[in-house]
Amino acid sequence: MAEKINRELVQKVARLSRLELSDKQTERFTSQLSAILEYVHKMDDLNTDNVEPLAHCLPVDNVMRTDEAAESIPVRKALANAPGANTSFFRVPKVLDEDAGII
Amino acid sequence: MSSKIVNLTCRQLRDEIAAGRLKSKTAVQASFDAIESLDNKIGAYISTLKDQAVERADKLDEKLQAGQICGPMAGVPVAVKDNMCTSFAPTTCASRILENYLSPYNATVVEKLLAADAIIIGKTNLDEFAMGSSTENSGLQKTSNPWDNSRVPGGSSGGSAAAVAARMCFAALGSDTGGSIRQPAGFCGVVGLKPTYGRVSRYGLVAYGSSLDQIGPITKTVEDSALLLNVIAGRDKLDSTSVDEKQAPLCDYLTELDKPLSNLKIAILPAFTEGADLQVNQAIGAALDVYRRAGADILELQMPSLDYAVAAYYMVATAEASSNLARYDGVHYGHRSEKARSYFDVYSKSRSEGFGSEVKRRIMLGTYALSSGYYDAYYLKALKVRNLIRKELTTAFQKCDCIITPVSPTTAFKRGEKIDDPLQMYLSDIYTIAANLTGVPAISIPCGFDDKNLPVGMQIISPAFSEDKMLRIARMYETATNFSNASPAISA
Repeated sequence: MAEKINRELVQKVARLSRLELSDKQTERFTSQLSAILEYVHKMDDLNTDNVEPLAHCLPVDNVMRTDEAAESIPVRKALANAPGANTSFFRVPKVLDEDAGII
Repeated sequence: MSSKIVNLTCRQLRDEIAAGRLKSKTAVQASFDAIESLDNKIGAYISTLKDQAVERADKLDEKLQAGQICGPMAGVPVAVKDNMCTSFAPTTCASRILENYLSPYNATVVEKLLAADAIIIGKTNLDEFAMGSSTENSGLQKTSNPWDNSRVPGGSSGGSAAAVAARMCFAALGSDTGGSIRQPAGFCGVVGLKPTYGRVSRYGLVAYGSSLDQIGPITKTVEDSALLLNVIAGRDKLDSTSVDEKQAPLCDYLTELDKPLSNLKIAILPAFTEGADLQVNQAIGAALDVYRRAGADILELQMPSLDYAVAAYYMVATAEASSNLARYDGVHYGHRSEKARSYFDVYSKSRSEGFGSEVKRRIMLGTYALSSGYYDAYYLKALKVRNLIRKELTTAFQKCDCIITPVSPTTAFKRGEKIDDPLQMYLSDIYTIAANLTGVPAISIPCGFDDKNLPVGMQIISPAFSEDKMLRIARMYETATNFSNASPAISA
């Protein structure tokens, strides 16, 4: 039931992942991802019709705390690794633009 | 003098320092002597902290001299894999995207080491973002296996395993998502333990596969593994996936360590492990004889679902990774492309410049597995297979105390041998992956050598939260064979 992993699909997935690939990379990834996904299809041999998905090994519950204000990381520290910053904000290229409507 | 000190175990060193017979500064200096003479060949460390370490050691030596009680690792030089946050040294994850990143906080395990008075001497190399089985995917540098520098140390905690094996530290922390502590420990001839999921806090561990990741110790001996586990284990309110101690009580992993288990039932999986190299299986066979002589029963089991573990893992782990690595977007920290002209470019150019090929491959696999139209067939299917594997494992543990397998089908392979075939590389995790998918603990201990003098690692897999028993089982083998005395002869 393996669908075709072709160049177009790889480019679409790359875009979703916010990765820019060269033509050579696209070609290499297309053949590597095909081989890997073909292997993964092994799982089709197993009947899992009445099996629940197991996302976590331990029963995990959401952890709550009392709604009391406490210290947060200081602004200066939060900005310390920023590629672009002014005194209290992260600086980035313009977001709203004619070309900004990209999915 | 130096070389005798570096061969001490953590426990021995800790005791010497506590008794005033050795200074921590001397131990730190001995580790740095080893680093300065060997690491240009081995490449285990991404960064070292000599000045800080000497200063800390001096302060500790003063405290001890003044008669103050210090922590259980007082004065012992340790290394930390470079995917665990430290506020006093960069945390690069061996990636260009985080090359200069200085974390504003310490990982909980780092805080615990500091509170135990350990001396952190450096950050070790890994496969980028912990994705790999050889450390060849590091975006920053190469690490060699101290037993043969044309071969890989294993991965992804290759730097930590190599540093311990070459006596460039007394112990190291690694992380394990699909075998990344156990397999390099096996390739480098040292002890590597992956605790039960939830036993150790993941706060400050840079996330790869959040339902799979665990931090654990890499050490020369089983006793040291127990000592380190005592330090790092425990509930952390900063990690909501760490287990409540009411559900899984902590114990002192050292107190009963030397008590062998009687009526020990060890399961083996011949159908599953017959594909391992002949010499690997022979070494495991000889190890099982040691257990037989100690009174254990060996029984054969079948676990057919394990044949699907690698397939399930490479969907679950990559799906989680695609989500976890979305934060590396060039906005708040890390590399931002200078070519970025739009906000979209900030993301895609920064990520493309900063990430290596393996990371990109796994992000894309994960994105695909989660994408509309494919989610059910891939990600959901993998989670169901995960459940099947767990059910089979639970049934197996009703019949045995532990399962023993090789840690890997081969001993350390040559650099470059598998790097061009990602699928071949993934298949080298075949024996270690199930413990991550199911959350159970597992340990790798040295059990001999092949005819190229390369270490063979034996894996012991044990039920959830039974690290105390698992360590005792490992200790039985260590006592009978003294494996910890072997170390690589590295020419300076």
